[in-house]
Amino acid sequence: MFAYYFELALRSLKRSRGLTLLMVLAIGFGVAASMTTYSVFRAVSGDPIPWKSSKLFVPQIDMWGPKARDPNGDPPDAMDYTDAMALMRAHRARYQSAMYQISPSVVPANASKHPINVSGHAVFSEFFPMVDVPFKYGAGWTADDDTQRSAVAVISSKLNDKLFGGQNSVGRTLDIEGKDYRVVGVTDHWNPQPRFFDVVNTGGFTDGAEDVFLPFNRAIDVGMPNNGNTNCNEVPKESGFVGLQHSSCVWMAYMVQLDDAAAVQAYREYLDGYARDQQKAGRFGWAPNNRLRDVPAWLDAEHVVPSDTKVSLLVALGLLVVCLVNTAGLLLAKFLRRSSEIGVRRALGAQRSAIYAQFLTEAGIVGLAGGVLGLLLTGVGVASVGWVMPKDIASLARLDVSLLAITLLVAVVATMLAGLYPTFRASRVQPAWQLKSN
Amino acid sequence: MNIQIRPILIALRRHKAGTALIALQIALTLAIVCNALFIIHQRLANLSQASGVDEANVFVISNQWANADESTSQVDAQVRADLLALRQLPGVLDAAPASGYPLQGGGWDNLVTMTLDQVKPTTDAAVYLGDEHFINALGLKLVAGRNFRPDEVSVVGTQQNITPATVIVSKALADRLFPDGKALGKSFYAMGTTPSTIIGIIDPLHRQGVDLSSNRYAGQSLIWPLRSADVRGIHYIVRAKPGQLAAAMREAPKALLAQSRMRIIDPKDGIQDYAAIRQKVFETDRGMAVLMAIICVVLLAVTAAGIVGLTSFWVGQRRKQIGVRRALGARQRDILSYFLTENLLITGGGVLLGLLLAICMNLWLMLRFASQPMPMAYLIVGVLLLLVLGQGAVLAPALKASRVPPVEATRSV
Repeated sequence: MFAYYFELALRSLKRSRGLTLLMVLAIGFGVAASMTTYSVFRAVSGDPIPWKSSKLFVPQIDMWGPKARDPNGDPPDAMDYTDAMALMRAHRARYQSAMYQISPSVVPANASKHPINVSGHAVFSEFFPMVDVPFKYGAGWTADDDTQRSAVAVISSKLNDKLFGGQNSVGRTLDIEGKDYRVVGVTDHWNPQPRFFDVVNTGGFTDGAEDVFLPFNRAIDVGMPNNGNTNCNEVPKESGFVGLQHSSCVWMAYMVQLDDAAAVQAYREYLDGYARDQQKAGRFGWAPNNRLRDVPAWLDAEHVVPSDTKVSLLVALGLLVVCLVNTAGLLLAKFLRRSSEIGVRRALGAQRSAIYAQFLTEAGIVGLAGGVLGLLLTGVGVASVGWVMPKDIASLARLDVSLLAITLLVAVVATMLAGLYPTFRASRVQPAWQLKSN
Repeated sequence: MNIQIRPILIALRRHKAGTALIALQIALTLAIVCNALFIIHQRLANLSQASGVDEANVFVISNQWANADESTSQVDAQVRADLLALRQLPGVLDAAPASGYPLQGGGWDNLVTMTLDQVKPTTDAAVYLGDEHFINALGLKLVAGRNFRPDEVSVVGTQQNITPATVIVSKALADRLFPDGKALGKSFYAMGTTPSTIIGIIDPLHRQGVDLSSNRYAGQSLIWPLRSADVRGIHYIVRAKPGQLAAAMREAPKALLAQSRMRIIDPKDGIQDYAAIRQKVFETDRGMAVLMAIICVVLLAVTAAGIVGLTSFWVGQRRKQIGVRRALGARQRDILSYFLTENLLITGGGVLLGLLLAICMNLWLMLRFASQPMPMAYLIVGVLLLLVLGQGAVLAPALKASRVPPVEATRSV
């Protein structure tokens, strides 16, 4: 029976080629615009570490007080040195690491080559197991290296390719800012987007690399300055990087791993207790106002998905709706034109369900054709989205099987929905009236 | 010409669903197009923001130092040697050190207060550090007061806090702080414990950033007479002689490397002219404008095509009735005006609903995405656009209808 309806639909569509083409084009463009913007939205709103994001938390401490809170009453979204170090010393979470952005220069062993500038983070040893950094060679450094302030480094495979020709460089030395560091690990193509562990300094999405990780205490000791944002509510009393460490300026990211609800609750209580102690000591003149958000909530609070991406998606969806309304109008005209044909079929015993099947098949075929066109246009759209969206975000948009499947599905389902009312009207055609008027 | 609206309305009642769908489509199109046009216009307005810089001749070198443990005086000696070398190049008019530059994309800003113990800041200013060559190197226009004297410029090390006694401000900042227009010689605090006295006024001078928070303090910036000796790096602002930009951009890095090789100038974006800087900082705005424009065009095309398709269909359906009217004496232009009026009524209905939707959509964007309120002009433009679009789209099928011969009345269906 379906084959018969299929043939009928093709015939009917061929009869008015212009109208058919118009519907297919409208569906194709509408679906392609929506899917292209959706591919970008999907890329930026995804979970960068889905297997663990609900266990990773970002603590915020209210070290500036009520005057500096944002409109939601939130404290600063970064950490000052004093409080970050207090939290590190207390060591209340399964894993924890304070971190700050660095941008040191690496001097290649080959004297004829220019020094190169690399970017990365100064972190504690627990950072590596906490955020599941994949290693190609070696591993992160140990807690002993943290306390002994060892001159060790973890580098990216890209930097490893550049400096050591891609060989296993574990144990070899590296000249960073004129000092030797021993390579203990090489990361394996690690580029999480958004940079959930340091949203404040990267803005979430970045085309910058994480080329080098150094022990936090070591970086502080050698005075390796912070290359990220620094926010102050008052001017530091002392100058230089040491002055920054003694100030209330916030310039560090902080992350902890808490494995279950009890641990989360305990950590919350610890943070509040810490703030109360500071209040008692006279450092904070206000009641505790801390935050502890897991990664998805943190990304949401930091607005990492650009509002442009959302607005684009909404406007494109609006375009799709207009295309569907357009298609509904055209299908209605097309179906009702065949009232006499429907009348004959009904008079010969066809049931309403048969009429439904016939016309929804026709709508489905239009949707499928529109979907195929939409697929092609979505391909073009995703490939060229870099023209209209920031490169670091556009480059994340991918054309994969699931996107292709969604495109076709949206096209067919949406067109059949658009065809529902016209089909309903077609099924209501009175056979007697049609036969008489002929 | 006497247009009969009643018969049209009666005829439309027989196509309630089709009429409603077209009207709905027009309403949605109007709502989206108005808001998209508003977004496009805002973004394009951003693109043409004046920086105050002599953009045709200025380029910026981002220089990082390879050895981080040098002292402030060592770094400053290198900076001074570099500047001397740059200023001596044949194609170079002037060069200056800088901590940041207009349209950089983001950077240093300080809260501004009028008194030391003021709790709520008066406003916010972008902070530029430069020497007595800074204004000339950027090609800024000094509209009042004077430039820095060489003896007023001091050296500032890595993350060192110095509040100079003198400051040059943008006119936007001067007017914000001293609305009476007498800013020269007055002083204010910019997160320091000592005040800075205004000695000169520049107009205009864009901030480093172009984002929402920067736009709230648009054009408010200050220049402090400080030569940065930050171990992390420095920007050199170089102004080429007219027509010699390309040559100067080629020669400058060579001159710097001849001074010292212990520096890193990124091969990709270490040296940028203002065309590149402007391009980069407004990339998002331009992209959003283009995307909205594409969607508008597709939207209008789909709606126009939909009107053509549906009207053609209606004309085909009513050939016999048109023939009867013609046989009874209706002229071709009566038929034409019938269809044009019919479209005007449908579009008019759609536009009324669309106005409501457009305003709702704008309110919602304001609520969710901190958008601005949309001026009435966009609604008027949108309405006119759709009325013209509707009439244009209906013209071809209506002309076809007007050519239906009266003899059609005698034929059966």
